Amino acid sequence: MTEFLQQLLNGVLLGAIYALIALGYTMVYGVLRFINFAHSDVFMLGAFVAWVSVEKLGLPTRSLLGGLGALLAAMSVCAALGVVIERLAYRPLRRRSTLTVLITAIGVSLLIQNVAQSPRLGFGPNPRAFPELFPSSQLHVGGLTVSTHQLGVLAVALVLLAVLYWIVHRTRIGTAMRALSFNATAASLVGIDNDRVISFTFGLGSALAGAGGVLYAMNYPSIDPLMGTLPGLKAFVAAVLGGIGNLPGAALGGLVIGLVETFVSGTRLSTFRDAIAFGILIAILLFRPAGLLGKPKVEKV
Amino acid sequence: MAFPKAQRWLLAALLLSGGASALSGSIDPYFLDVVMGVGVGIVLASSLNLINGFTGQFSLGHAGFMAVGAYTSAMLSTVVAPRTGLGPVALQWVFFPASLVAGGAVAALAGLAVGAPSLRLKGDYLAIVTLGFGEIIRVVLQNVDAVGGARGLTGVPAHTNLLWTFGTASLTVYTVWALLESTRGRGFLAVADDEVAAEAMGLDTTRYKITAFGIGSFFAGVAGGLYAHLKGYLNPGGFSFDKSIEIVVMVILGGMGRHAGVVFAAILLTLLPEGLRELGSRSIPNPFGGPAWSLDWIKDARMILYSLLLILLMLLRPEGLFHRRPSRMPSS
Amino acid sequence: MSASAPLLQLTDVTIRFGGLTAVSSVTADVREGELAGLIGPNGAGKTTLFNLITGVYQPTEGRIDFASAGTAGRRPFHLTGLGIARTFQNIRLFPSLSVAENVRVAFHRHLRHGVWHSLLRGRSFVAEETELAARALELLGIFNLERLRDAPARSLSYGDQRRLEIVRALATQPRLLLLDEPAAGMNPSEKDELMRLIRFVRDRFGLAVLLVEHDMKVVMGICERIHVLEYGRKIAEGSPAEVRADPRVIAAYLGD
Repeated sequence: MTEFLQQLLNGVLLGAIYALIALGYTMVYGVLRFINFAHSDVFMLGAFVAWVSVEKLGLPTRSLLGGLGALLAAMSVCAALGVVIERLAYRPLRRRSTLTVLITAIGVSLLIQNVAQSPRLGFGPNPRAFPELFPSSQLHVGGLTVSTHQLGVLAVALVLLAVLYWIVHRTRIGTAMRALSFNATAASLVGIDNDRVISFTFGLGSALAGAGGVLYAMNYPSIDPLMGTLPGLKAFVAAVLGGIGNLPGAALGGLVIGLVETFVSGTRLSTFRDAIAFGILIAILLFRPAGLLGKPKVEKV
Repeated sequence: MAFPKAQRWLLAALLLSGGASALSGSIDPYFLDVVMGVGVGIVLASSLNLINGFTGQFSLGHAGFMAVGAYTSAMLSTVVAPRTGLGPVALQWVFFPASLVAGGAVAALAGLAVGAPSLRLKGDYLAIVTLGFGEIIRVVLQNVDAVGGARGLTGVPAHTNLLWTFGTASLTVYTVWALLESTRGRGFLAVADDEVAAEAMGLDTTRYKITAFGIGSFFAGVAGGLYAHLKGYLNPGGFSFDKSIEIVVMVILGGMGRHAGVVFAAILLTLLPEGLRELGSRSIPNPFGGPAWSLDWIKDARMILYSLLLILLMLLRPEGLFHRRPSRMPSS
Repeated sequence: MSASAPLLQLTDVTIRFGGLTAVSSVTADVREGELAGLIGPNGAGKTTLFNLITGVYQPTEGRIDFASAGTAGRRPFHLTGLGIARTFQNIRLFPSLSVAENVRVAFHRHLRHGVWHSLLRGRSFVAEETELAARALELLGIFNLERLRDAPARSLSYGDQRRLEIVRALATQPRLLLLDEPAAGMNPSEKDELMRLIRFVRDRFGLAVLLVEHDMKVVMGICERIHVLEYGRKIAEGSPAEVRADPRVIAAYLGD
């Protein structure tokens, strides 16, 4: 039973991280109807920015302030990067076919990965150890072992989700985001500056991805330039599972994928666990493409 | 008439490949290797062109089909061939082509398996699903010890020669061209343009898409077999998403749906990494009289250059480098 | 097949999209060789009805019979093979194909040669291709479009594109031709020409035509029978004179 609860906890934590990344995918899809392939690399950069702020810029490890500083640094840099990418690579292609933008996104993703892997321009391909950001100790609660790190991950994730909810539902720009996702033309006609909202969405989604990167590295403290690919893909599956474009769906999807992955890791199939995420994706797209919380779309003929 | 001319070209190409193959003993082996690699690239690019360029199905998993074909024919050559007791001539000229076809057939089945569920998906989703399938194939190959697992498969005999590579390349280009150059074949383009309208005009869009995936993946599988018997060993890591992207870039660069353009792009993009590798091993004399400047950073830069190329291409010239006005079917 | 059974029969056809009922209990028929019209205010469900007839949508209730056989569960391409062809409200030509190629692909259901023949390219394949080229030109000629045969379809003027769509539909050898607002965007003389062409095509090919149109002059001018829809329901049916005088139709258009 404790084994089960332990797995449950691990699954929820992993799911929270996937949820943060999935939200970025889903927000961008909501306003632009396109899958930002480069999102997983922003996630990776978040972890690296935190690493740099500790190892190179001297933020203290094992301290609450140091940890928060690293987290904020990661989120800000990623937010800025997201805005820049959108402005340079996606905005000029706004009117072109989705295929063109998709290929560009793949190009951006590959560019970030390969620059990060380059020994001269980036960090080199080898994995490096991620420092302990927050003070950590083990807690034993009723047979379960929980590290404060894990609680920290959960706390940060919940806070971010709450902040996101507040932004989307209680601020003007959040309402503008929702309006854009329903009908971009109507939104611009009622005075919304679509470009600004889109930039904001990218920034917000990227900040969440950056945070996700830091949290992920806190849990799995070895980072490398290609670390974003698999979690990114799984988060994407989570977004589709929940209904792409649907924010609560992304959070729900993240949770489901996190739980499934954790429980599968405990079985014989664990070497195939990455392939299982793809299997889930294919199953969703075949049987319920609108996802769990999405509404099926009817194409107008 | 335009029609028999194409077959004359094919015949000429096959004869040329045969001739070149017979003379290959006197060609520098490194050069030969590169040239054969170009042939394999042409097969891969043309076959993907059918799926992506002409039928508009954005597939990102072509390397997976290549892998299936590569492993199938390699396994036949390493496991089955020795038991048949055939002599070297029979092995090279009968068993080998048969194993290539077998590889292609298995790859085609994989193509149908991927194509069928993907039929209802559009654009982004189709791309992700095909990417997923490609990765699943790679992960499976990496974990099945019978085919070498993560360590790979070694000891594949070097049956590939100029005739097989360029012969296959000519056949692939001819097949894609001939397929498209007919009333039925124009249907692929119609399906790519507008599925609803295509269905309304009596085209079975499902069948078209499946056919494209089937034929495209068949040739990718044959390319895989050629590749296996060229390099002599197989590593699942070499059939990853990166490889699929390389092929996609060839198709885009060549202008999706342009036969000759894609061939040129394949040649260019196969030679480019070789050229870069050559350049990277050289060094420039230092004009200031110090030690020569090494150019080995170029090797690292290859993928960076690729990705920049991709982005710039999409921003500036998405129709590809070799875009020319599409040829029209004879109207009289 | 009895001469009295209509070519197309809709019986109590209803379709619901979630909470919206787009078409409700529509019963109507089109006879062989008939020139029929389908009119109604915007949003009445006319294009939806076309989509139901051509198999793009499946009815939630009711049945549709074409040539006395039910069309339920059939994919659109199959129905086209049975003889139902259509044009689209928003023109849907194939932009990467030429004018002639747009027509040629529509010969699809009647092709004799398969994929293998394209590869082997024997004499009979070549003969069929030549024949198809000639037939496409002939059809284009009816609508005076043959001089544009090699032009990319998207380079045509709006009016020519609309006419090309009709030619393309004709290439499928239909028994029933559904035209969705064929006169949209045309000037009066083009509309007169269109009316003449529709009558010509019906007479020459012996097909039935069902026409959705907003231009009353066109509808009243060529249709033998008119069906009127409002909010997804059929509210009237009859000859042009009858429909013109029907108080329910007048009310629907004036929005009482």
